[in-house]
Order: sequence, then structure tokens, then C-alpha cells
Amino acid sequence: MIRWLVGLLALSLAATQALAADPIEIGVGYLGVAGTKSTLSLVEQPAENDGIAGARLAIEDNNTTGKFLNQRFTLEERRLKEGEDPVQAATALAEHNGFIIADLPPDALLKVADALRDRGTLLFNAGAIDERLREADCRTNVIHTAPTRSMLADALGQYLVWKRWSRWLLVVGSHEEDKLYADALRRAAARFGAKIVQERTFEDTGGARRTDSGVTLIQRQMPVFTQQAPAYDVLVAADESEVFGAYLPYRTWDPRPVAGSAGLVPRSWDAAQDQWGAIQMQNRFMKLNSRRMTALDMQAWTAARMIGEATSRTNSGDARKVTDFIKGPDFSVAAFKGTRLTLRDWNLQLRQPILLVDGRMVVSVSPQEGFLHQVSELDTLGYDRPESKCKLK
Amino acid sequence: MSRMWRVGLLSGLALAAAPAHAFIAYVSNEKSNTVSVIDTDSWTVTKTIKVGQRPRGIEFSRDGKFVMVAVGDDDTIQVIDAKTQAVVDSLPSGPDPELFAQDAAGKILYVANENDNTVTVIDLEKRARLGDIQVGVEPEGMTISPDGKTLINTSETTNMAHFIDTSSRQIVANVLVDARPRFAEFKHDSTELWVSSEIGGTVSIIDPKKHEVIGKVAFEIPGLRREAIQPVGIGMTKDDKTAFIALGPANRVAVVDTATRKVTKYLLVGQRVWHMAFTPDEKYLLTTNGVSNDISVIDVAAQKVIKTIQVGELPWGITIAP
Repeated sequence: MIRWLVGLLALSLAATQALAADPIEIGVGYLGVAGTKSTLSLVEQPAENDGIAGARLAIEDNNTTGKFLNQRFTLEERRLKEGEDPVQAATALAEHNGFIIADLPPDALLKVADALRDRGTLLFNAGAIDERLREADCRTNVIHTAPTRSMLADALGQYLVWKRWSRWLLVVGSHEEDKLYADALRRAAARFGAKIVQERTFEDTGGARRTDSGVTLIQRQMPVFTQQAPAYDVLVAADESEVFGAYLPYRTWDPRPVAGSAGLVPRSWDAAQDQWGAIQMQNRFMKLNSRRMTALDMQAWTAARMIGEATSRTNSGDARKVTDFIKGPDFSVAAFKGTRLTLRDWNLQLRQPILLVDGRMVVSVSPQEGFLHQVSELDTLGYDRPESKCKLK
Repeated sequence: MSRMWRVGLLSGLALAAAPAHAFIAYVSNEKSNTVSVIDTDSWTVTKTIKVGQRPRGIEFSRDGKFVMVAVGDDDTIQVIDAKTQAVVDSLPSGPDPELFAQDAAGKILYVANENDNTVTVIDLEKRARLGDIQVGVEPEGMTISPDGKTLINTSETTNMAHFIDTSSRQIVANVLVDARPRFAEFKHDSTELWVSSEIGGTVSIIDPKKHEVIGKVAFEIPGLRREAIQPVGIGMTKDDKTAFIALGPANRVAVVDTATRKVTKYLLVGQRVWHMAFTPDEKYLLTTNGVSNDISVIDVAAQKVIKTIQVGELPWGITIAP
């Protein structure tokens, strides 16, 4: 008995030492842009650590799992200041990290992807929703955890059609990204049988987002802007630039709901999401970061969790092996959305349900019931394989 | 009140429970904050008990005198007296308790606390917290090996079944399974541990001695997408020959031949079926159907659904008096 005990002790000691001897190290880089964009609503003003906070939580989650597998994850953060070269920063990050989570504008992301291509560094696009990054400008070393504009627009479109609010008044901002979002919304209307009864442009004439007597002015301005519209069910706003969208609810000439960039908004994640075990994750995030979790936080969390998931499945710290597994047919990740998330193999976009939120509650989750697909219902959101212009090289 | 419960539990250990003809099932209703009591003779709800916030895991004490229900949003486990059918006490669990397991003697309770990655060990007689065991992210499924020596905990985001030695309270092995492991169940002969993976869509069969996955049960239902098949609850017959597996939003319970590890039949039940319990005579299996707010009664021998009983909102767990 004693001999057995001693043997067991020795065995466990040996095991512990072996464990301590060579942990597998997995370096993850995070490359973002310093500063945050200004929003109309003060409560929606993003935190300085928007995005990276999600990656930090996922690294913690990965390390909790990693301690049972002798794997250790590290996160190296880098924020670009105005005028800084993204390629230089990315190359420096790639020295120690086989994976980089990026929250960059599309052109910067493409430059980085092309610069790191031969190194074998895998990039995760957590921030950019631009269609072209998954279409004509797709890259074999870039995985997209951020949804696309078309996925967001389709998620909203399906719900509005399900609700039988099929006559849309489309109001578009004057900036480039507003126009891109409007394109996606027009496409959604055509796909799901909604009708855009009229389009209006809201010109950005400049001006501050914070003023002292602003409310009085807006209350007079918005009804006038929306009057004399043809009969419509819902006003859909395309205002990614945060110029007017949030001013529309309750101020339209006709009493109509608002959706798109304000009112009912499609998002990959929301602080109000509490289904499918999400409450645990929301609590963990709050405990770590002392604030609530945004869509960008979730997109970064998902990227870092994908790395953790693939590392535990392959039991390997070899970035190439892990990358192959992530891109392979057996990969999926759980992300508190009620279903497994997988990659579209034709453009490396993560399939995902999209939440429709009103700022306080999750109103619905798309795809909506009845929107069918031969492969995955999640592929009713966004550009599908037959339409794709992406050729992964 | 608390003393009554302690004394009751102690005397219960010595006395055999009285034989019953009809059985009594207790169902936790996650949204209603109630527990429905069902008489299996008349198949009706005979009482609805108000409990704390968000009741989920529910189980009879070994002596059959009390029902314990984890009320996660109140960070405690409440104790219902089965005789008076009223809440009489609460236990000091960690934050957000969800599922729990008792040792064979009914003296020690192991609780999965989803919020802080721990399993809490509670002395049921003293109602004292004996300690915590650090496990993976979001601990959920809990079960104890038939010999009482090994506690199993599954962690939903770490995707592992943790094997914990009940005497040393140390983790002795970790077995990776498919995504979001929700529930674990031993064969009565201890030769296999079955673990359901909700998002992975499989049930892993683990050799508990070698700590290795030795097989997987896969599911395929014509007309249903793979994503809709989300296994959660597992019920194993006493002869270990048949396993029943609840498939969540697939609205079906799979009947699995444990020898071939293949599904022999899918039984259509209510919507989003999660947990289940056999009547002690194993004639019936009752399942909780969250979205349709009801319980399906399966005739085990005939492998047929024979009845549906409406309960509260989002029925989650179920336990039947021994």
C-alpha cells in the first residue's frame, strides 16, 4: 500500500515536472488604431479599449483551458497613432506572434495581409465590415470574425419582412460607408421582397455632436426632413458615420419605427444578449473590464477563442498547423449564439447569427424562421457562395 | 426550520423511504421561478411551488425527503420539504449554481458554479462550504461515478470533462470533448462515461479508467440541419442497454443502443428538450421541453410518447422521488 502510494506520488511529481518543463506558448498580437470615433449618443461612445478588452477575456478563457493542456497564451497589444505605418507595426508583432487580431480600416488591413503573407502569420479581421475584403479583395491569410454589411442588412431585412413592414423609406448619409450600407440595404430589400418607396440623402454639413441646446433644434429639424414621404412602414437609416441616425426615432413626421443605424440595429453582439449561456460571458467580461461588452469586443473575443479552440484540438503551438485546422472542414467554435459558428470556406468569413437590438433588449435574432438554405441557414445572411467574387490565393 | 431539515436528513439516512405507488416528479421552471409537482398516477400538476430566481438544476436528496433546487440568480440552492412541499432552507453554494451532484450517502453536495470556474463542495448536514475546486470555463454537467470515487464536471467553454478524485478533491484527468459539454452520465456498471456536447452535436463515450474518448454517438434527422441537433440530457436504463438523449431544438429524444452506439429511434417530444428523469420502476421517462412549456411522458418499453403535461415557463430540470 505504502509502496503504491509512493509510486503514485512519484508519478504525479514526474507528471507535474514534465508539465512545468515545456509549456506550449501561443502568441497572439492585437493591432488596432488609437482613438475612438465619436457617436451621437453619449452612452454609445466606445471605450478606449473597445475590441482589445474582448481579446483579453478570450486569452484568459484560453489560459484557464490551457492550464489543463500545458498551453499558455499571451497577448501583445499595439495601437497605431495617426500616420503610423501599419505594416511596420504588424511585422514587429509577427516576430513573436503567429496570429494577429486586427481592427484596421480595409486598405491598411490589405497592406498588412500582403506584407505578412509569406511569413504564414494568420490575421483575424475583427473590425472591418467591408464587403470587398471578402469579395474581390479577399486574402487567404485573413479570417473575418466581423460580419459584413450585407450580413447585417440581410439580418435586418429578414426581420422587417417577417414583421410585414415591407415598405421602407431609406435615408442615406453622405459619406462613403453610409452609401455602402445603403447598397447592402437595397440588396436586402430586393432579396427578401421589400420595397424602398423613396430614398433621401442626409447631407453632412459638419457641426458638433455635443451641443448645449441641440435637442430643441433637432426636434424641429427631423420632422421637416421626413415629411411628405410616400406611404411607408418603417424608416431605414444608413448612417455609419453617426451624423443623423440617432436623431430619427420619435421625431419622424409620420409615426413610424426606425431601423438600420438607429432604432432597431443589427449587430454581431450586444450588452443585452443573455441567451444561450451568454450571461456567464457577460459577467466575466464585466468583472474583467468594468464595462459592458460591445460587438467589437465580441468579434475580437471570437477571434482569440478560435485560436484557443484550434490549439486545444490540435494540441499544438505550431501556428501553421493551427491555421490549417481553423481553415479545415472540422473546425467550429461556440460563441453564445445558440449554434456552432463555422467558416465559409470560399472567403473565410465566419458564419454567425446576427442580433437585432434596440439599445436595451435583444428584439430578435436572424436568420428568421422560414428563410431556408440548402447548406446552412446562416448563409441566408450576406453574399453566398454562388455570388462570391472571391478567389482565395 | 433549518434544524428540522438537518434532523430530517440524518434520520432519513437510517430509515428506508416508504414505498410509493404513484411517483412524484418535481420540475424546475427557469422563467416562472417555480417548481411544478407532478403526480405520475394522474399525470397532473398537483402543486406549483414558488422558489428563488432562475431555478435550474433540481434533485431529490438521497433519502427522498427533500428536493434541492439551484436558484442561480439568487446564488443559492434552496431546499424543499417533500412532505409539506414548501421551501424550508437554503445551502451556501458559490455564485450562480446550475447543476450539482450528491455522493452516495447523501452527505456531500458538489455544485457547479458557472460564474467563477469552480466546483463548490458542501457538507449537507452542517450546511457548510468545505472548499472549492478550480475547473475550466463555465462548469456545468456534474455526476459521480457509481463507486463514489470520481466526480465528473464538464466545462462548457473549456470543452472538457474534468475527472476529480473525491477524496483528495484534486483533478486527476481532463478529457477534451466536442463543443459545449452540458451533461455527463455514467453507465451503471462504471465502464463508460457519456458526455453530451450541445454545440458539437455529439455524445462522447469516455473510458473512465484510461480517460480517453473511445467512441461518439452521432445524430442525423432527415429534414433537420446539423445545427439544430443539440444534445443535452442523457438517461441510461439500469441494464445499461439503452440510452435516451435529449436533442434540444431538434425537439426529439434519441434512443441509442449502447452496444452499437447507434440511434435506433427518434421520439418527437416538445420544443427544446433538455433534461429527463426515469420513474424508479423505469416504466416512464419524463422530459422537460423548455419552449413548449411542457413535459413529455415516454413509455420506456414501448419507446413511445404517451402524454404531454403543461407546466410553468421554460421547464429546465426534473427529478422524481426515489
